[in-house]
Amino acid sequence: MSKTTIVVGLDGSEAGARALAFAKNQANQIGDCTIAICYVIEWSPFTFQTPEENEQRHKRREEELNLAHERVLDPAVKDTEAAGHDVVGIVQHGDAADILDAVAKKHNASQIVVGRVGARGLKERVFGGVTGRLAASASVPVTIIP
Amino acid sequence: MNKLFGTGLAATALSLPTLAAAQDAVSLDQRVNDIFAGSTGWFVNLIFMNLPGTNFPWIVLWLVVAASIFTIYFGFIQLRAFGHAISLVRGDYSDPNDAGEVSHFQALTTALSGTVGLGNIAGVAVAVGIGGPGATFWMILAGLLGMASKFTECTLGVKYRNEYADGSVSGGPMYYMTKGFKERGIPGGAFLAVVFAIFTIGGALGGGNMFQANQAHAQITQITGDFSGLITGVIFAAVVFMVIVGGIKSIAQVTEKVVPFMGILYVLAALVILIVNADQIGWAFGQIFAGAFTGLGVAGGFVGALIQGFKRAAFSNEAGVGSAAIAHSAVRTKEPVTEGVVSLLEPFIDTVVICTMTALVITISGTLVMDPATGNFILNEAGTSIQTVDGVSGVALTSAAFATGFSWFPYVLALAVILFAFSTMISWSYYGLKAWTYLFGEGKTKELIFKLIFCFFIIVGAAANLGAVIDFSDAMIFAMAVVNITALYFLMPIVKREMNSYFARLKSGEIVKHGH
Repeated sequence: MSKTTIVVGLDGSEAGARALAFAKNQANQIGDCTIAICYVIEWSPFTFQTPEENEQRHKRREEELNLAHERVLDPAVKDTEAAGHDVVGIVQHGDAADILDAVAKKHNASQIVVGRVGARGLKERVFGGVTGRLAASASVPVTIIP
Repeated sequence: MNKLFGTGLAATALSLPTLAAAQDAVSLDQRVNDIFAGSTGWFVNLIFMNLPGTNFPWIVLWLVVAASIFTIYFGFIQLRAFGHAISLVRGDYSDPNDAGEVSHFQALTTALSGTVGLGNIAGVAVAVGIGGPGATFWMILAGLLGMASKFTECTLGVKYRNEYADGSVSGGPMYYMTKGFKERGIPGGAFLAVVFAIFTIGGALGGGNMFQANQAHAQITQITGDFSGLITGVIFAAVVFMVIVGGIKSIAQVTEKVVPFMGILYVLAALVILIVNADQIGWAFGQIFAGAFTGLGVAGGFVGALIQGFKRAAFSNEAGVGSAAIAHSAVRTKEPVTEGVVSLLEPFIDTVVICTMTALVITISGTLVMDPATGNFILNEAGTSIQTVDGVSGVALTSAAFATGFSWFPYVLALAVILFAFSTMISWSYYGLKAWTYLFGEGKTKELIFKLIFCFFIIVGAAANLGAVIDFSDAMIFAMAVVNITALYFLMPIVKREMNSYFARLKSGEIVKHGH
């Protein structure tokens, strides 16, 4: 177990990749540091579903988890490990801001690094994007990579 | 039963060419109606038969007695577990590692969207129109008792569902009848399951489909003026087809979002009307309580109020029918009891909250005509129901009552009725499909056949005025309750064992809340 942990939020985008690169750099400077790479599948328990969607939900969840591992998380974990870092890979369903903070608390992390996601839709402009909400609610320092 | 069902299919197949040729429709409709009434009338009469010497249908007593027995047997579970139910729905006990699975909230709202609908809007108006405000008291009581029935059936639904290798699940009374009876060593489970499945298919095509399409069309024509139901039917069928056959999720998702919104809007509008007339709420409750025991001069007196209240609650929340057990089975909980506990909120929301709102608004609105001298309601000329302003009844009575608060509300109500009808159809298409695959096996082609039949019946329901067919399908839904409750009596010791074990572990701290 390392002295400290940096939590990195990945979303498969360029900005996420830059966030991971930044975290690697930080970890090198700290020396004894774990990188927790986190991919969140946006999901809420409070949506309205049809019976058929409910029936298929378990299957879909497995597919989503497999896809996230295959496309984003596993390659990132492999690269980071190859670079000589101590890595934890996490995929979870839920609200990205909540989960990144929960992971940070669980691993006793010293900071969270995320890529900046531009405010795309009306909803994000009104309520703020993931990065904005994370910055506003996180319990550890947050670094936002442009 | 198969024979009867076959007759139904043949009858509707006969009616389609007629619908296209609008001119002959009346005579052929009538003929279909006569043939159908002739062959199925005995079944309808049997299900809705009155108890000897009364005008109280035995099926309503069957539901209320069952609900009372479950209430006592499970030690007033609906009161004891009410707070815990809300905790579960909020996700306090959800394991974060299960995030992404169907949540308790999702299972509850899915099941609710199958029951909240015309019953809450039109059914209540019928009850209050005939039985007076006093009917509301009995409706609330039946709703509260019905919570225990839902608890029983939904716990069993989750406990005995089938889980398949691909991760999907199938559950419902068919499965607890076969597996549960086997476990207890009681014969006849498989037979009950087959009978239940047949009734479910009938109920899905009738009450869950034709009746909905028919009432939605009636509501639309009230605003637009009369036009052919064929148009409404084809549009509805096309949209349902796109959802259940085409797999176009977006339509269902939009509906599933809009329906709860309409439900909330409905309750809010009712609340605003009640707040504006706050000084009359005490009087309205006085009417409800006094009317419950004295009748206040309504048709049939106090017994009339009681029958109407019980009847409408049973029609509205489907407690004991077994449909909710199918809807709730999709939740992947380790504890079947949690799903039962969550489901007991359904009759509460459906009947105790929404139906009561409707009844209060109708009572306060003054659309029921009273004799200022005696304070009793005035009956219509036939003496069958209370006289209303403009002589309206059913949905129109609810509409008129809400219009006293907001003149534009009838338009919103019409939209709500259409959307509620649509979501009820989607839910029942699923219940029917589960019964269908139980009888004929799973498989793409077999499922497609049922879905096509389902869409076809939407057109029939909207276009034709087949009273007998609709009576028959109503009877089918209640026939489901006869079979389902019989099974529940045999299986309730299993539920009790599960319940005691769960609550003991909850008390001992073995089951804990997960922090957020």
